[in-house]
Amino acid sequence: MKSIAELEEIRKKTLEKISLRTNADGIRVVVGMATCGIAAGARPVMNAFVEEINKRSLNNVSVSMTGCIGVCKLEPVVEVIDKDGNKTTYVKMTAEKAARVVVEHIVNGQVCLDLTIGAVEK
Amino acid sequence: MHLYRAHVLVCAGTGCTSSNSVKVMEEMNTLLLANKLDKEVQIVKTGCFGLCAEGPIVVVYPEGAMYTRVEVSDVKEIVEEHLLKGRIVKRLLAGEKEAEDISKSLEGVDFFKRQTRIALRNCGLINPENIDEYIAFDGYKALEKVLTEMKPEEVIDVMKQSGLRGRGGAGFPTGLKWSFAAQQVNDVKYVCCNADEGDPGAFMDRSVLEGDPHSLIEAMAIAGYAIGSSQGFVYVRAEYPIAVKRLQIAIEQAKEYGLLGDNILGTGFKFDLEIRLGAGAFVCGEETALMTSIEGHRGEPRPRPPFPAVKGLWQKPSILNNVETYANIPVIILKGAEWFSSIGTEKSKGTKVFAIGGKINNTGLVEVPMGTTLREVVYDIGGGIPKGKKFKAAQMGGPSGGCVPAEHLDIPIDYDSLLSIGAMMGSGGLIVMDEDTCMVDIAKFFLEFTVDESCGKCPPCRIGTKRMLEILTRITEGKGEEGDIEKLEELAKNIKTAALCGLGQTAPNPILSTIRYFRDEYEAHIKDKKCTAGVCTAMLQYTIDAAKCKSCGLCAKVCPMNCISGEKKVPYVIDQAKCAKCGACVEKCPFKAISKI
Ligand SMILES: Cc1cc2nc3c(=O)[nH]c(=O)nc-3n(C[C@H](O)[C@H](O)[C@H](O)COP(=O)(O)O)c2cc1C
Ligand code: SF4
Ligand code: SF4
Ligand code: SF4
Ligand code: FES
Ligand code: FES
Repeated sequence: MKSIAELEEIRKKTLEKISLRTNADGIRVVVGMATCGIAAGARPVMNAFVEEINKRSLNNVSVSMTGCIGVCKLEPVVEVIDKDGNKTTYVKMTAEKAARVVVEHIVNGQVCLDLTIGAVEK
Repeated sequence: MHLYRAHVLVCAGTGCTSSNSVKVMEEMNTLLLANKLDKEVQIVKTGCFGLCAEGPIVVVYPEGAMYTRVEVSDVKEIVEEHLLKGRIVKRLLAGEKEAEDISKSLEGVDFFKRQTRIALRNCGLINPENIDEYIAFDGYKALEKVLTEMKPEEVIDVMKQSGLRGRGGAGFPTGLKWSFAAQQVNDVKYVCCNADEGDPGAFMDRSVLEGDPHSLIEAMAIAGYAIGSSQGFVYVRAEYPIAVKRLQIAIEQAKEYGLLGDNILGTGFKFDLEIRLGAGAFVCGEETALMTSIEGHRGEPRPRPPFPAVKGLWQKPSILNNVETYANIPVIILKGAEWFSSIGTEKSKGTKVFAIGGKINNTGLVEVPMGTTLREVVYDIGGGIPKGKKFKAAQMGGPSGGCVPAEHLDIPIDYDSLLSIGAMMGSGGLIVMDEDTCMVDIAKFFLEFTVDESCGKCPPCRIGTKRMLEILTRITEGKGEEGDIEKLEELAKNIKTAALCGLGQTAPNPILSTIRYFRDEYEAHIKDKKCTAGVCTAMLQYTIDAAKCKSCGLCAKVCPMNCISGEKKVPYVIDQAKCAKCGACVEKCPFKAISKI
């Protein structure tokens, strides 16, 4: 059983981990995996990210899932959060687009503007 | 095998080739040789990167620098700066030249900016299968707080002061409900959660279960502490497999951490949670039916009183709350009743989650402060109606609710305002309808649903709704009679007062509200045998305008019934008796000679 102090410890550690403030160059990829995301094809997208990231041995990048972000018509939705906490929301993702995001954004630091929510909403 | 220290990928796809990538590659070759880099750097021809418009594309690994629109004259710089000196040529990097004025993240778009997320605070933010992430965002801190700093009565007081009302439909004050159960003297009490979510088109509760299951667990434990219960049940419909799985994982993790079970956080408080699967009957969302179903019986409602707070699950004092209601609770405990009650309207506090669907650009899930107008939800967040069509009405509250017509678009969304215009908050399904929707048909749709879902226990609901459906069906078939509207109103009144449970009591709502706001449509169906929206096929006719018809014969070719005939130079005609009203011919006619009247 965890004590209250232990919970506080987990709170601190995990927050650091997910907000990446202490991790010099970590990037977090978060894939929306609620029912509508999965129905729209979030699984192959998630797999593509994992695959591309492994292929390039990018060990400072983590891929995780989350629940409904709310914009179901733009699913699959993926958010890339860089080391400074800047968030980019990619929408209507596919495995191919995922590969591009890995090369251009994650490796090169160049946001794929044309795939972001702002561009698609325009 | 020779090992290279760098790879230069040059796109040799069709797009880049046409934008001169071959020349770029040749130049690269020449310069690598000239700089004696040919043994260290390998040129690789690749297929299309999908960025043809930005071609020619050159990517240099290991850095993975992607250069776009590389001209032959740029190659020298790439070789001398990047490959020789290891300095990336920023000027040529992809994206550098693109406009920066579009918002890159969800937070930057109107859809998100106008929302206030309390119940959905963690949805889309944390990994629902990782308890540590929930804890990181202050998860289980509220439970900590109530167990170590608050008496059960204090918890209930906070709930009362916050003004939180049930999000499952009726809007009963949560603190009050808890206080009734807390007052009961009994060794055994139960805390239940309604995750049945039966309304067509609604998925708010599913999203919370899928995106933030721990917030429900934490809230139910808090409720358990407040009313003196050590056992909870979550009733979820079996059609929600992902939700069920994530909740299961969350419960296991919470048990592992000692946040469920005996002696929680070393405070001596004991609380456990179990999942019960429902088979997906709408009536099982009604509180007494739900409890009967958890007990293992057929989910039929029973008369109240006694209310569940006195005699609920297994005749023990029980409370039942909706998933979204619970999801608000940990934050209220942490941020205080005052904070929560500062959001919303005088009598409806906090926020409400809506699943918006139908004829709207941004379908999805939104959480807005109570009192936000329907217009803001539909236009500012929902992005308006597709194809520039007109807003006709929004059906709110599912089969128990009613419709809000355009004239009430500026109504603030809260429990009482909606009731005052014959609609209802309900659980949060919001279906937008445009000018192409027939309101009689919509009423019929919802009534079909209730007729199917009626449990059959009491005659007003079992027989009455069926009779109403028959009348509606007749009207939509063009066989409406004078007096039908009055008959519907009469039946509605009787069913509302005589039905045993909420299902029957609210079944007539969609009919009453459509009659109230769109009586003219009912009358057009009955008197003129016309469906103005062009939906009820029985009253439609497809006809060819002889003046516009050029006798091309295209329509006759697509007609599945072979009921269009004609010949050269003579306008074509449709044999009305055989026409199946599929509309295929309208789309086909290049001269727009066919119309639906
Ligand atoms: C026919 C019928 C169906 C219902 N379905 C649901 C449902 O799916 N989900 C829900 O939370 N409440 C549903 N309710 C309302 C519940 O009976 C109950 O009022 C609610 O769960 C209480 O929680 P709250 O106070 O947090 O809203 C339904 C009521 C009726 C009469
Ligand atoms: S009103 Fe309908 S659903 Fe409710 S008990 Fe009667 S027959 Fe069953
Ligand atoms: S509506 Fe369909 S069935 Fe009728 S005439 Fe046109 S194509 Fe034929
Ligand atoms: S397609 Fe149009 S123009 Fe051609 S025969 Fe049919 S109605 Fe006439
Ligand atoms: S589940 Fe992804 S936005 Fe709804
Ligand atoms: S051909 Fe080069 S990116 Fe498409």
